[in-house]
Amino acid sequence: MTLYDVAIVGAGPAGMAAAIEAAKVGLATTVLDEAAQPGGQIYRGIETACEARLAVLGKAYRDGATLVRAFRGSGVDYRPGTTVWHIEDADPGFVLYASTSGGSVALGARFLVVASGALERPTPMPGWTLPGVMTAGAIQILIKASGALPRDLVLVGSGPLLYLLGAQMVAAGRPPRALVTTVPPSRYLTAARYYTPLSRAAHAYLIKGIGLLSRLALARVPIHSNARGIRILGNDSVTGLRFFSGGRDREIDTNMVALHQGVVPNQQIGRLLRCDYLWHAGQHAFAPEVDRFGETSRVGVFIAGDGAGISGAVSAKLSGRLAAWRIAQHLGRTAPDPGPALAALRRDRAVRPLLETLYAPSPEVLDPSDETIVCRCEEVTAGAVRKTVHDGAVGPNQVKSFLRTGMGPCQGRMCGLAVSRIITVAAGGDPGEIGYFRIRPPLKPLSLNELAELELTDAVE
Amino acid sequence: MQRCFTPQGRSVRILFEDQPVEAQPGDSVAAALLCADVVWTRSTPVSGAHRAPFCMMGACFDCLVEIDGVPNRQACMVEVKEGMRVRRQQGDAFGELS
Ligand SMILES: Cc1cc2nc3c(=O)[nH]c(=O)nc-3n(C[C@H](O)[C@H](O)[C@H](O)COP(=O)(O)OP(=O)(O)OC[C@H]3O[C@@H](n4cnc5c(N)ncnc54)[C@H](O)[C@@H]3O)c2cc1C
Ligand code: FES
Repeated sequence: MTLYDVAIVGAGPAGMAAAIEAAKVGLATTVLDEAAQPGGQIYRGIETACEARLAVLGKAYRDGATLVRAFRGSGVDYRPGTTVWHIEDADPGFVLYASTSGGSVALGARFLVVASGALERPTPMPGWTLPGVMTAGAIQILIKASGALPRDLVLVGSGPLLYLLGAQMVAAGRPPRALVTTVPPSRYLTAARYYTPLSRAAHAYLIKGIGLLSRLALARVPIHSNARGIRILGNDSVTGLRFFSGGRDREIDTNMVALHQGVVPNQQIGRLLRCDYLWHAGQHAFAPEVDRFGETSRVGVFIAGDGAGISGAVSAKLSGRLAAWRIAQHLGRTAPDPGPALAALRRDRAVRPLLETLYAPSPEVLDPSDETIVCRCEEVTAGAVRKTVHDGAVGPNQVKSFLRTGMGPCQGRMCGLAVSRIITVAAGGDPGEIGYFRIRPPLKPLSLNELAELELTDAVE
Repeated sequence: MQRCFTPQGRSVRILFEDQPVEAQPGDSVAAALLCADVVWTRSTPVSGAHRAPFCMMGACFDCLVEIDGVPNRQACMVEVKEGMRVRRQQGDAFGELS
């Protein structure tokens, strides 16, 4: 089996930046990513985007081309279309197991950089499982990868990505039907407290946000703010949206709704490796315990980018570089002085408390009504989870064994935070102590074929 | 769902439930089906409810379909190929899995 100095999971901004630096200092490096092209979520499809698509997606997207080119030119062993489904301890380092279109591979690495990014926060609400409901990120993926957009899309929720999508739709000549936000006006006052210590970089984020909203207003997209009691209507697919806003009940007819309540760290690989996670109250999510360079509680395992806590693409690049330099040091190579990158990271992250306060997930999504499905795979409602907890289930894994939440194909990616939250509300205390589902391999269901093939390759080598 | 840019390259033809669907090169199966206005792509094992692609990034597994006879494929993670045969996944196909 090949042994690399470092294996990087994810070719988003964090993984690409880590790879470029690792290659510069001469580390034998491989990058595995399940997508067919490099770029991660933000720069998805950038290598094949035509000029019109680049214009619609905006400057921050276009800027990704430079990083992707540098990554392609770095000479690292890049493996697209490769899904990591297990990582095991080995001597030295780790063995990674991944499936590709051609079958399964196993490879060794002394160090790991987990740069598997973020997932959109699952947004349980009545009707969210109906065909016609997607996430805002999913719609962006349709633009980036297929140049496609729905008509009459209603955007629901909060957060910069939702407004960015709205502005991109305006630029594409397909403005959304309406923007329904869940941000109460009082939040602006609370958030303003974090304004004073802002750096220039953080200031730029705010100006950008205001610019996005004004583009929606200029295109005369109806904006309903502080929406409550949101229900998606329909029997077999979406027919409309009902909510309370501006002092009265409202209903919008539509067959497409995009939901968004921010993004949260993707925990699958870090949890599989039994890295320590802490509750990040500001982000309403779990984040791994890492040092300044991204090294986790597990020696040799680094987490970079949004997977280590949501900080966006600029920080993702910086944290990727820092991880690579630290690994270079551990392997006895000379690496650049991390001082300037650490300072830049601090400056870039300064805006986070403000964004986290302003766009905190809506209370309805955090504490969904009893009738709302939280586990999409097994169709388990919030009420059923509450009852099981009331009847004595003490932790996420017990709820899982009683109700099968987290045992379906998504392995808890959709219901994990909701289950931990429901138990926390019932038991009191800190979600960090309640914890999260125990993540086991395989991270994605494998076909028997793939498993059989893997055993065969092992036997041959 | 509609394309908003002039397509690049020759279109790819796949079959969904035996009906031809025109896709663009680089489309995921899920994107191709959504662009063909397919409303639902699977029914759930528990209640038989209809589902369609939700996250498009491999996280939710609501896009599971049968591709060329193999069940449990994530339509959002598989690229279209000329002549590919895609079917809705009805109910539980997980018997096939490890
Ligand atoms: C759907 C979505 C859309 C977003 N769009 C934007 C945007 O337009 N603008 C913006 O500023 N921010 C956007 N974000 C926020 C985004 O998280 C950050 O801006 C940035 O992309 C984070 O970079 P990263 O390198 O940490 O992770 P990502 O860019 O998310 O990259 C992670 C990579 O890891 C890969 N991966 C994950 N698990 C595995 C596995 N098991 N095996 C193999 N590969 C794996 C993924 O395929 C992905 O390419 C988006 C987030 C999401 C979830
Ligand atoms: S649409 Fe969510 S996994 Fe494919």
